[in-house]
Amino acid sequence: MTRPTPPALELREITAGYDRAAPVLRGVSLTVGEGEAVGLLGPSGCGKSTLAKVAALLHRPFAGTVHLGGAPARGFRHRAPRAQRTAVGVVFQQPRLAADPRLTLASLIAEPLRATGRRAEAAGRTEELARSVGLGGDLLARRPHEVSDGQLQRACLARALALRPRVLVCDEMTAMLDASTTAALVAVVEDYRERSGAALLAVGHDRTLLERWCDRTVEMAAGAEAGTALRSARRAPADTSAG
Amino acid sequence: MSQAPQKDGGSPGGRPLLSVRELSVRFRMSGGREIAAVSDVSFDLAPGECLALVGESGCGKSVLASALLGLLPRNAYVSGRALLSGPGARDALDLLAADEATLARTVRGRRVGLVPQSPAAHLTPVRTVRSQLAETVRELTGRKRGELAEATLAAAGRAAFPADHLDRYPHQLSGGLAQRAATALALVGDAPLLLADEPTTGLDRDLVERTVDELRAHTEDGCGLLIITHDLAAAERIADRVAVMYAGRVAELTAAADFFGSPGPRHPYARGLLDALPERAFAPIPGMPPELGDLPEGCAFAPRCARASDACATVPALTGGVACHHPVTATDTAQESGHDIATAPDTDGTPGAAGPYGTAGGDDADGTRQPEGSRA
Ligand code: SF4
Repeated sequence: MTRPTPPALELREITAGYDRAAPVLRGVSLTVGEGEAVGLLGPSGCGKSTLAKVAALLHRPFAGTVHLGGAPARGFRHRAPRAQRTAVGVVFQQPRLAADPRLTLASLIAEPLRATGRRAEAAGRTEELARSVGLGGDLLARRPHEVSDGQLQRACLARALALRPRVLVCDEMTAMLDASTTAALVAVVEDYRERSGAALLAVGHDRTLLERWCDRTVEMAAGAEAGTALRSARRAPADTSAG
Repeated sequence: MSQAPQKDGGSPGGRPLLSVRELSVRFRMSGGREIAAVSDVSFDLAPGECLALVGESGCGKSVLASALLGLLPRNAYVSGRALLSGPGARDALDLLAADEATLARTVRGRRVGLVPQSPAAHLTPVRTVRSQLAETVRELTGRKRGELAEATLAAAGRAAFPADHLDRYPHQLSGGLAQRAATALALVGDAPLLLADEPTTGLDRDLVERTVDELRAHTEDGCGLLIITHDLAAAERIADRVAVMYAGRVAELTAAADFFGSPGPRHPYARGLLDALPERAFAPIPGMPPELGDLPEGCAFAPRCARASDACATVPALTGGVACHHPVTATDTAQESGHDIATAPDTDGTPGAAGPYGTAGGDDADGTRQPEGSRA
């Protein structure tokens, strides 16, 4: 299939994990087209979260390449060049593990702006971001322990959108949230994508949710539920084409 | 066959296993601030029945569970009653008034089994599942060493925990198996009341279904199951009745079949919550829940409610299973579905009408007291 523009995100033959002798993923390929929303389904322990981290350049694979907008990733984690790192926004399942407990929600949202030297822009943009996720008033002055999971996740989503990413990776973003908050956060993501044309990789185990949310879903093979996560290795998505 | 579960919204017939009346929990914070975590909650649970307490995080449902188990922090003030019946009339016990020694010695694990929210945190990390289970079996059933191994194996089997994983440590278990280990521990004491607090958080759908089915199976023996969850699909799967909580109060308490099927929820919040599901309208309720430390006067849902009127400035009592001045009526539902049903009585201006519990609604926290005994 030929495409006029390169895909927003392309994972080629990724082998990754935490132990070279027993990788969680082996040779997994996945493509997310420009502006496309792909849902990655699979049981817990199948390696889909590891794949999400690789896609967000937060985890260095043992083998394989990541391409963003056609350009190969030139590094992972702190070695990723800024332009590539900021092209991907990421939201995780557990906001409490992903948020510095000392920061107020306003500082949390502004973190990426300050880290990239956009202090001047930060104040106005923070308010705009906060409003887009439904946060306002004195909530922004609070610290994570003073807000609910849902409110904190809203702040984490706003943070992920701060640098206007071309690709958004949501790893079980709503797994801990109630139905209304889930629908609200998905609406925020979709609103952003509509305005920006950004692509989405939504990782999760809720088929009903991802099928409703995404253009298409990709399935990672179900592993044995027994035993430890690392034992359920050797995954390959059933559908690896760009659709 | 156990007693058939009650199918209407009121209190079940026969002697309830658990009878909660006007339960309120206040947290006193520094600076004199008070958090109204639970307000005026009343419900009954019959033997063999499953009641699902649903609502978003922070709605008070987990605080309610902690109150029933005497596991609230020191700054919590509890009022109301929670009568747990026993085999004889003398065995009835008010869980809210019982002291810590009684709760620890005779209630937790023995009369109320707790299936915890995060099993990994509930299990001791440095001991194998077998050793933890054996200790609980010895403690709660008094089995001697000779029978202990077999009883431990049987206990694991009741929660479908695989015998070949008994010698593993908690961190070596998948989420599903950790959940089953915790469930096995909760079942050891043959408690007549099982309390499951968000037992499926973070589990895959198949595992969610298996876990809740297994919990439900225990009601076959007459055990009462109170499941606290934000997972509406899980509640629909196993519950006889559903109680929807919002901002610390029960907004609606009704038969699960009516709630998930037809006529559907009658409280605007409950209706919104159900409509938010991806298999339904996938539309969020506008706004966010209020702060429990700063509740609006009157109905706490009013700022988000399309049906709100002046009447909503007073707190609506739970009347006929719904706490709302303008519940979604049969006529509203008929307009959606095309059925012609007689208009339900309008409850406007009658917030003082006696509910199924014979009490009017009210926001009176004056009766709040601290139960005797330490809550540590
Ligand atoms: S009492 Fe009034 S504000 Fe509250 S849910 Fe009913 S209609 Fe809405």
